[in-house]
Amino acid sequence: MRLRLLRIVPDNTRFKFVWFRRFSYPLSAAYSILVLALFLTVGLNFGIDFKGGTLIEMQAKAGRIEIAQVRQTANALGFGEAEVQEFGDGTELSMRFPLQAGGEAAQQSVVSKAREAFASTYEFRRIETVGPRVSGELVQAGALGVVLAITGVLIYLWFRFEMPLAIGAILGTLHDIVLTMGFFLISRLEFNLTSIAAILTIVGYSLNETVVVFDRTRELLRRYKTMPIPELLDLSVNSTLSRTAMTATTTFLSLLALVIFGGSAIEGFALVMLFGVVVCTYSAMFISTPVLLYMDVRGQGQREEAREKALAGAKAKAG
Amino acid sequence: MLRLQARKVILVLLVLIFGCGLAVPNLFSPETRKAIEDNAPSWIPRLLLPIHAVVLGLDLQGGSHVLLEIDRADLVRSQVTQLRDDVRRILREERVSLQGGIQTTQRGVQMRIADAAERERVLPKLRELAQPVGTLGAFGPSGNQSIAITEQPDGLVQLAVTEAGSNERIRRAVEQAMEVLRRRVDALGTTEPNIQRQGLDRILVQVPGLQDSQRLKEILGDTAKLEFRLLGDANSTDVDMLPSQDSGGQPVPVLRQPVVDGADLVDAQPSFDSRTGQPIVNFRFNIRGAQRFGQITTENLGRPLAIVLDNKVISSPVIQSPITGGSGQISGNFTVQQVNNLAILLRAGALPAKMTIVEERTVGPGLGADSIHAGKLATLIAGVFVVLYMLASYGVFGLIASVALFVHVCLIFGLMSLIGATMTLPGIAGIVLTIGTAVDSNVLIYERMREEEHQGRSLISAIEAGFQRAFATIIDSNVTMLIAAVALFALGSGPVRGFAVVFILGILTTVITAVTLTRMLIAVWYRWAKPKHLPF
Repeated sequence: MRLRLLRIVPDNTRFKFVWFRRFSYPLSAAYSILVLALFLTVGLNFGIDFKGGTLIEMQAKAGRIEIAQVRQTANALGFGEAEVQEFGDGTELSMRFPLQAGGEAAQQSVVSKAREAFASTYEFRRIETVGPRVSGELVQAGALGVVLAITGVLIYLWFRFEMPLAIGAILGTLHDIVLTMGFFLISRLEFNLTSIAAILTIVGYSLNETVVVFDRTRELLRRYKTMPIPELLDLSVNSTLSRTAMTATTTFLSLLALVIFGGSAIEGFALVMLFGVVVCTYSAMFISTPVLLYMDVRGQGQREEAREKALAGAKAKAG
Repeated sequence: MLRLQARKVILVLLVLIFGCGLAVPNLFSPETRKAIEDNAPSWIPRLLLPIHAVVLGLDLQGGSHVLLEIDRADLVRSQVTQLRDDVRRILREERVSLQGGIQTTQRGVQMRIADAAERERVLPKLRELAQPVGTLGAFGPSGNQSIAITEQPDGLVQLAVTEAGSNERIRRAVEQAMEVLRRRVDALGTTEPNIQRQGLDRILVQVPGLQDSQRLKEILGDTAKLEFRLLGDANSTDVDMLPSQDSGGQPVPVLRQPVVDGADLVDAQPSFDSRTGQPIVNFRFNIRGAQRFGQITTENLGRPLAIVLDNKVISSPVIQSPITGGSGQISGNFTVQQVNNLAILLRAGALPAKMTIVEERTVGPGLGADSIHAGKLATLIAGVFVVLYMLASYGVFGLIASVALFVHVCLIFGLMSLIGATMTLPGIAGIVLTIGTAVDSNVLIYERMREEEHQGRSLISAIEAGFQRAFATIIDSNVTMLIAAVALFALGSGPVRGFAVVFILGILTTVITAVTLTRMLIAVWYRWAKPKHLPF
């Protein structure tokens, strides 16, 4: 007797992924334009890592937090508008003060003043102060990291795959980065150093997904020299589909555990990654793969070889 | 392929057991590990004892991370002041008098020596002030001088501190400052503070398990330059006007040349004044300081002596009687806390230049403990989710993948303990994430086996083909992940770097466990069950 095991993707699925691009491409294009517009108008919600300033997280020593009162007191400290937010189960809150004019030393008075104002009723759980110079350097390091990662991956792909496949993979990855930025813009999640880590992880995951499909594409190209490209691309995605679904689900499930149980400090990172897994899985199938249609995947040599073979076959049939 | 070679099996098992064994000390409490270390016979090398656990980052165990930057402008100013004094001394020794005196410029001094003969006499002496700086490499000194001297035909001589000269000074100052900061932090009595240089002009101070970061910052930030100076005449040129605490911040004239300074202190202790009950600091001078202090107080009976801390006059008591014993006290409306800090600062010595805190990250111990708890829970539940899902999808093969997953997580902890890596909160997120992605290699192999079987291969040949064909894909997909992770490691700091370490180790171990361990377990299953088909 065999157990009936779970299978999300039925065997012999024949979805026309390449055909679906008439929906997926306009959709992604529209979304990208929206992201760009939001980026230019609303902008990212930069955390203190990149903007400088002071972040304080406090927990009420007894009872619940008095958010209105905290906001009033914080604003009265004279350090500009403080962003006060409740989180956790209503006993914790975070305050974000903007960067103070007057250089590095000026930031320190924020913490000591806030301490004087709140220390009697609240426990300070986290204090972070980033001065103007350090935040500027962190912006540079973050941007450099993303560029470095993409360049490194591009070089690897260039060596390991043919040019059209490498371009397809990178386009898919850029698509995923844009969509993830969109997630930051729309959700108003704080964009900080951990966000850069999340984006780089998404870069890795996105390529991982694409590479699995393209490995198959490459193999099929060698095996079926005469198969029309759209059909071959569909076959590549369909034959790796059950694996894609499995891995996306396991990754999604473990990230879901992180979102629910991982605590507030890691929630933002986990949410972005959760979004990233969905986007990467989608883009490998519906964005990167159809891109190959517009490129010379087979290469000149292989195509001629194929034509000769077809001719020979026709002759054999005729004769 | 599915034959089990005894030698190979034993080797793989040994490596995996050893790797996982490295993770075992993480199960012990820090006290247990300490007890093991203390009680173990001394002939066993410490490296072999089960005491090496993953180091918890400051965001998990609680603590403060403070980045200080030395004030370049302040250092250059003091270099220029010193240069001016040196030039003045040389001119006096060579009996050269100037019209217009010595002018101070941005980075140095200038003067006009009109007489050519005098210029000839002075210039070689001035040139001696410049010192070669930079490291002595294989090609000799790098050829940079600490001071650049230029001479105009009209007799204008300029001396300026060079970039190399001020960098050299910054480098030395940072070294000194690290020593001072170490003494100060040690006085707080915390365990294992970490003090390290960052770049040319920064020092990172990390103090784990600290309750009060405010106290730490008070102790780190102050220069604590203590001087005893006589009061002077406000109209004289050799006085500084310094704000005084006695007169409510009003500036008072004090002589520029200190009588004695904090460098001559040998001890400072917080105490209470026996008459007023106010908190004070008692201090003691070394022999040189005591002699000098005794002499000055004898000569200036009845005059006020200003106690100057970081260019602020704390108090200026009138000298009632000569103080020859070499000890004294500082009073001045202090709180108990201030007196405690001041004593620490005076004992540790002054910083060679002003330092500013440019970044602070403090996590309270409560939040750290909560994060660890939440992280453990999330890891456990993620593991349960993935294992259940794999079992439901692949049956026996899912069990095999779960065993590989378990070994994989143990290996990450083992390797991290071995290299002494730091586990941070993003690191925990990395563990959870790799639980999701680690089974990917298994999934790739299984799905490939399935396809091969569907295409009509026999079971044994489908299994072989599955491993063989999926291998290239596993390598490709993991290398791309690895590149992104390495970029993250290269640019990241602190917590983010912790994530990158977990991620890199996770990628490496997943390839190993998926390929070697899974293969072995499937071979065992094949022998034991003698199946005709894949179980999924």
